[in-house]
Parts: sequence; C-alpha cells; structure tokens
Amino acid sequence: MTTELISRPVPTPDEASAPYFEGARQGRLLLMRCGECGTLRFPARPLCEACWSDEVEWVPASGRGIIYTYGIMHQVYHPAFASLVPYAIVVVELEEGPRMISNLVGVANDQILVGMPVEVVFEEVGEGVYVPYFRPRAG
Amino acid sequence: MESFKGKAAICGLGITPMGRIYGHDSVWFAARAMRLALDDAGLTKDDIDGVLINSGITGELGLGLMMQLGFRNLRLYNEMNGAGSTASQMIQYAAMAVVHGMANHVICVFADAPLRENKSAGASYARGRGPRGMGTFETHYGLFGVNARYALAARRHMALYGTTQDQLGAIAVAERQWATMNPLAQMRDPMTLEDYHRSRWIIEPLHLLDCSLVSNGGVAVIVTTAERACSLKQPPVYIWGMGQGHPGNPNRAGADAEVSTGARIARDTAFRMAGISNEDLDFVELYDCYTYTVLVTLEDYGFCKKGEGGPFVADGKLGPGGSLPANTGGGQLSGYYMWGMTPVSEAVVQIRGQGGERQVPKHDLCLTTGNGGILNFHGCLVLGREAS
Ligand SMILES: [Zn+2]
Repeated sequence: MTTELISRPVPTPDEASAPYFEGARQGRLLLMRCGECGTLRFPARPLCEACWSDEVEWVPASGRGIIYTYGIMHQVYHPAFASLVPYAIVVVELEEGPRMISNLVGVANDQILVGMPVEVVFEEVGEGVYVPYFRPRAG
Repeated sequence: MESFKGKAAICGLGITPMGRIYGHDSVWFAARAMRLALDDAGLTKDDIDGVLINSGITGELGLGLMMQLGFRNLRLYNEMNGAGSTASQMIQYAAMAVVHGMANHVICVFADAPLRENKSAGASYARGRGPRGMGTFETHYGLFGVNARYALAARRHMALYGTTQDQLGAIAVAERQWATMNPLAQMRDPMTLEDYHRSRWIIEPLHLLDCSLVSNGGVAVIVTTAERACSLKQPPVYIWGMGQGHPGNPNRAGADAEVSTGARIARDTAFRMAGISNEDLDFVELYDCYTYTVLVTLEDYGFCKKGEGGPFVADGKLGPGGSLPANTGGGQLSGYYMWGMTPVSEAVVQIRGQGGERQVPKHDLCLTTGNGGILNFHGCLVLGREAS
C-alpha cells in the first residue's frame, strides 16, 4: 500500500496544522480544543467557531469512530489515482464528535456501510509524513 | 409593514446560446445576454441605473464591467457572491432597491465560459486546492472537486432513508424529457432510466447523468417596479416572495447539513411574504447541480416529508404531464448550467407563457431556488403571473 501511496500528493504542514502532522508522526490523532470554551474542532483552523477565541490546545482523540458517509470514486482527477480507482472516500465521525475525510484500509468497497465502526491507523506516505486512515473494528 | 408582494417584477430576460461555444470570454457572453434582455424588455442601456454582477467559475466578470461595457451614472452597482444562490439573491436585492426608489431598472447578469476546445468538461471545471495545510490531506485522500462532496451527501440520504439509485435517476429522466422540447438545451436526445444506469460512475452514488452540465453562456434579468413593468413590452413576472437560508455546518456529530438544507429557512420567509402554501404552486424550477439537490430541496420545501423525496419523485410527477412540473427546460442536468440563472430564466419563460412545446398548462405561480456551496447557501423566489 505504501509504495502505491507514495506518488499521491503528500500532505504538507503549514503553521496552524504543524502539531497535527507531528501527532500523526507519533501515531496520535490530534484534535484542536478551544482554550476558552473547550469546543473541539477539525480540521485545524485559528479561531474557535463557537466563541471566536484563538486560545488553543491539541488533545488526542481515541481514534475510534463510525463511517458517517462515503463515496466510491471512479473518476481520475490526478494521475497517481489512476491505478487506485475505484477507491472509497469516507467521512468518519469520531467518538469525540468532529467528522473527518479519510480513506479505508482492509475493507472491500462493496463491504462499506454507513455506521460501520472504524479505528485509525497511520501510514508513512512521504519523508516523515504520516497520514491517518481507518480500518474496520469490532463494534 | 406594507406587503412587498407584487411590488417588483422581472421585465426583461436575455439568454445567450449555451454550451460549447468557443472563442468568447464571460464579458462577451454578459454583454450578449444584457443586450438580449434590453431588447426583450424594450429598454435601452441608458434606462439601466443598476447593475448586479455574478461571475461563474472563471471569475472573468467583475467590477470592471462598468468600464468595459460603458455604463454611466449607475445608482446601484455590485459584484455579488452567494455561489449558486447568487441569482436569486441578486434579484432580491434588485427588487428591494427598485421598490424603495434606489434605482429604476436593475439588470442582474451571470456569465461564464469555462469550456475550452479539446478539454473535457470535468477538466475545464476542476480547480486545485492550496498547497499547504489541512487541505492537502483531502487531495491525498483523493477527494477532488464538488462531485465528491455531493456524492457524500447523497449517500448519507440513501443510508438514512433508503433512497435508491432509481429514484435519483427518475429526476434525471424527467428533466431530460423536458429538455427534448427546449431548443436552448444542450442535451436533447431522449434518455431512459436504463441509459441513466449505464452512464459511467463519477463517484458512487453519482453517475455522469446525476451531474450538471458545464456551459459557456450568459443570462441577464431586468428587475423594475410592478408599475413600470406594466408599460413595457413583455408580460410582467411579479415577485411575490423571496427568501434565503444559510444554515451553517458544524461538521460534527448531531449536524445533518447533508440531508437538511437552508431551503427550510428560505421557505418560511418567502412563503409568508407571498402568502402561499405548497399547493398554490403550479410548477417549480429547482437548482439542480445534481439530481440529489432536487430531491432534498423538494423535501425541505415540504412537498413531501423528510426522507420521502425518493418515492415522491419516482412516479414521474416532475416530468411533462406530471402533477408537479419541475425544471421544465431541462434544468442544469440537461438544459444549461448557468448556476441560479437556469431556474430563474425558465421560470420567466413559463410564467409568460412562452414555453412553446414545453409550456406547462397552468403557469400562474412558480417557486425558483438557488443552492450554493455544498448545500450551504440557499435563495428562492416565488414568481407570479398576476401581481396578487
Ligand atoms: Zn471556544
């Protein structure tokens, strides 16, 4: 899988998302939590949408969630995906609440179900860059 | 407060040829559309004292238009952006402006020219993301473009309510039936539900035939007071009600923005202003960037209960001869993709009774909607043949 993925666009950190990348490198899925009101947010962005505070701390998520929705991509928009279509894009609803886009590993496209329990797994996709994917887990 | 209903009207409509028309930019299409709208209304450029602009994906239309096309002494001027809800919104702000005396004749124009020779529609429309930060994960995951976002929304609806591929297909088929009778439509060949199923997947659950077209073209609409409209060339199309709804999406547990849209909010405002309920509407022109958008919009306007949109559309009631004629020019799926101007333009044609072969028999009252973003932005108009 890793050799296949190596040619896909490799995520690149910016200032706001650097801790997320560092967490992934350590095998931890990090969420932003507002330093004032405690609202969790994903993806990383500078202000809390609830109270507009810029106070922030990063907290680890359990890495568990369910598939909120998914799609099976057939169209090739980028040459790196030509050998991967059809592939699944999923929205995972984390136990902590936030939803995130990801891919699945270890499950065939026709076995994917909305509501399916999943857990995070990290893979290195570029020099020191680790990306969270999800795999089925026992409910 | 005195009722707004029937105080403003659409008095001019211009629709350029649509589709793979090459060699012109959006400004050219905008000028053509506005020229057609002026001729349609029996007005001249000098009568126009308000201009509202909406650029498509190319971003070629902007505030420079005043200089490019030589408008003088405007009393109202702006470039607006509410994505697919902009057309409805432009007409709303224009209507308020003319009723309150800020301008006499406001022209609202949309134009776009993303199609290039020897380039597929999809490639013409694709736009990249920023090169750094959290957004770069999405490209890594292979999430490109808006098609994927709507597929995710449609799948959610299917999982929650049992909505089927056949039901989405019924929307595409009904719109194509209308398009076969629209000389301006880009896709006029008859199409069956089987054709729909055979069309290639873009991203499941969306087939190619679930997705809107891409068009080069322009549409312009002129808004004035009901009083002035009565003395012009065309039968006035009166604005009975207008509304917007922008629900936000916290994108976390408990939110359901994929299956419940701002149409709910817009409906309350617009139907109250118009003093109508669903049964009063003779036909609807609904924003249809995807088949699914039509389905969820019908639910959110209360034509059926939430979750029952699939069975509601499956019996063909949206097509010719059906009980709720919808997107009677073929919409954006089979007609032409002028964002929110597609539904508005067809509503004007039908209310005036100028629909020719596809004219709906009863055309007194129409709902037209615009949707932008990933079901994030919504605007609507209730349009009537009579002032009240
Ligand atoms: Zn906060």
